[in-house]
Amino acid sequence: MFGFTFRPRPRKAKSAQTAKDRLQILLAHERSAGSGPDCLPELQRDILEVIRRHMKIDKDAVEIKMDRGDEWSSLEINIEFPSTEKA
Amino acid sequence: MTSQLKQDTPAKGKIIVITSGKGGVGKTTSAAAISAGLAMLGHKTVVIDFDVGLRNLDMIMGCERRVVFDFINVIQGDARLKQALIKDKRLENLSILPTSQTRDKDALTKEGVEKVLNELREEFDYIICDSPAGIERGAHLAMYFADEAVVVTNPEVSSVRDSDRVLGLLSSKTARAERPGAEPIKAQVLLTRYDANRIAKGEMMTVEDVLEILAVPLLGIVPESTAVLRASNEGVPVTMDEPSPASAAYMDAVARLTGEEVEMRVESDKRPGLLQRLFGMTA
Repeated sequence: MFGFTFRPRPRKAKSAQTAKDRLQILLAHERSAGSGPDCLPELQRDILEVIRRHMKIDKDAVEIKMDRGDEWSSLEINIEFPSTEKA
Repeated sequence: MTSQLKQDTPAKGKIIVITSGKGGVGKTTSAAAISAGLAMLGHKTVVIDFDVGLRNLDMIMGCERRVVFDFINVIQGDARLKQALIKDKRLENLSILPTSQTRDKDALTKEGVEKVLNELREEFDYIICDSPAGIERGAHLAMYFADEAVVVTNPEVSSVRDSDRVLGLLSSKTARAERPGAEPIKAQVLLTRYDANRIAKGEMMTVEDVLEILAVPLLGIVPESTAVLRASNEGVPVTMDEPSPASAAYMDAVARLTGEEVEMRVESDKRPGLLQRLFGMTA
């Protein structure tokens, strides 16, 4: 059986490894402390509050995006405010 | 609440629950495959995970790294629906609403679910509700507002029995059942993990056997296929992955859901031929 491993079957061998990699990354994040259920909603509330001290923005104007990675994760926060902003 | 339901609703998004009673029969796989299939046909589709506390749809859809807010955050007013919806990176018509990993099923409220579904109906053609196993709160609310139901069933005694139970609930404990004069939920069976070889040997109930017992129409027959595990390993809905007997079966089922008439056919993973078996390869 192993005599025929020269046959190119890359996908088959890879999908189990992909599954393991995905699980390891995800579970590492889920097991780590400090990411409780209210972490992101609270973060959003705090960000809004701080920015509102300085400029007028809508409460719907914050967009939070997350990308959990192997070595690092990114948190992207977009805040829209009117261009004719007069505080 | 019922008064809201009585309002005449113009042609808006259709709510389809993917349910089964029994666990492990392929609800989430089917919800992912069907929603991706609908989006591939050009329908704006959203798939919602109702399994509060045991989030898994995100992994099957391959968007687990991008979850920020969830269904419960929206219901509790901590996030807007738009923020919690994850747009699929491969299909622009497809969005995912993940469930909470940390709360319990009591966080779902009928009013909250109804509000979110009504909002989604405005924007999407199809709203696919991926029900948890069992018949408790999460499963009840996943089916409560549905227009149609896909009952995922394996040709196996406990699965068929649980499907029968769920069919009973669909026709008695849902909004359409409680509202006088409403059309009942259109329920169809999706037979999964179908193994033609074992049926030929008399080891597995046939499609006819299952349908005779459940007495509801058949949406499709999905054969046992290596493609299903591979797709879940990679976080790709089966219908978006490379062609396989399972993806063909799901696409036929999707076409039937949209009202097309498609002949029932079952392909199966090719059995290795004599030469292949001699050389120790698997199909």
